[in-house]
Amino acid sequence: MSATAFGLCGAAAAGLGLYGLIIDPQPLRKLLAFNLLGAGAFVLFGVVSRRGAAATFSADPVPQALVITGMVVALAATALAVALLQRLFDAAGATALDAETMSAGRDARDP
Amino acid sequence: MTIVFALDCWIAVLVLAVASWTIMARGSFAAVVGFVAFGLLLTLVWVRLDAIDVALTEAAIGSGLTGALLLGAASRLPEAEFATQAQHSLLVPRVAAALLSAAVAGVLAGGVLLLPDPAPSLAPVADANAVATGLGNPVTNVLMAFRAMDTMLEKVVLVLALVGVWSLAQVRRSGAHPLPLHRPDRDSTLAFLARLLPPVGIVVGIYLLWEGADHPGGAFQGGAILAAMWLLVMMAGLGDAPSGSRGRLRLALICGPSVFLTIGLFGLWLGEAFLAYPAAYAKPLILAIEFAMTLTIALTLGLLVAAPRESAA
Repeated sequence: MSATAFGLCGAAAAGLGLYGLIIDPQPLRKLLAFNLLGAGAFVLFGVVSRRGAAATFSADPVPQALVITGMVVALAATALAVALLQRLFDAAGATALDAETMSAGRDARDP
Repeated sequence: MTIVFALDCWIAVLVLAVASWTIMARGSFAAVVGFVAFGLLLTLVWVRLDAIDVALTEAAIGSGLTGALLLGAASRLPEAEFATQAQHSLLVPRVAAALLSAAVAGVLAGGVLLLPDPAPSLAPVADANAVATGLGNPVTNVLMAFRAMDTMLEKVVLVLALVGVWSLAQVRRSGAHPLPLHRPDRDSTLAFLARLLPPVGIVVGIYLLWEGADHPGGAFQGGAILAAMWLLVMMAGLGDAPSGSRGRLRLALICGPSVFLTIGLFGLWLGEAFLAYPAAYAKPLILAIEFAMTLTIALTLGLLVAAPRESAA
């Protein structure tokens, strides 16, 4: 029963993450929302794992191992995205995704 | 409805409240702080789901290191508020996005409610084959033996990500030289903690690695704690991040995947399969891989967070 409650919580967190990913114009906030979406998906794995309790185990170890691998890869991808953002900022003086803000940033940088 | 179930529901509500804050908060810095709190609450969820290994990973990597990385980014990158403000307040896209997200969340929730009963599980198979490796922790068994290919490729992904981060950094005259993250102030609280905690943290990290064979823990969790201790020292200005051009550092970075690959190929040579460990030596071989992996994980995670980020001087 608790597993189902956490499953619904994971589904809602994934939905919130997706909303932030679409609606927030700032790349850093999109990255944050993307991590939220991923965390929600990981919790769903956890629920499947908990329900798969069998033999002597209180949870199925295979989804758990997949989630651990996934978390490390998520960190690696986030670090790469942050490095890309930093490079964009160094090159253009802004980190927005629309042309207007980017040209404003460039003007502020090289008057 | 028992009191435990009520508490679980309360944790779920808190998780969602903090997740909403992360999305709705005005400033990026506040949003990242919300994300760290979200990760710590999620750690409780993982404990309640009887996945202690995942809870340790979530606390150390999902919340801690990702939080440190994003906090650094949020403090360096300015908020892009102009020109996007108008776009931000458009009602139709907001409603459409909310409807789409609600639909996706609804489908996922439906999937959770309609999961088959009895649930399909690989736990009996994992239990039946546990004798082959001699390890007591089923998650370590899956990571290091039954699905070793995933874990090996993931080590390669980590190193590739670091190569990507390094190549994006502005290059100074001789190789990328990372600068200290903070102005060194040797009398600050941070510097005090950076002297006090690492001896304890290093012991805890190695303990988690060693205990990972039979109890929750392992190379990922141990490596992440070692990386955190290293980051603490670098952030307090007590130690400099090493230059990426040093040969010995690069050798240590690839030692995890290469030991893994070598032992994997050794399995092929002995006639069984790629990554098949000879039964008599399974446990020592897995431990050897885990030690090499921990070194690589600690260094890679630390360097991913403390990567050179200053623009060319």
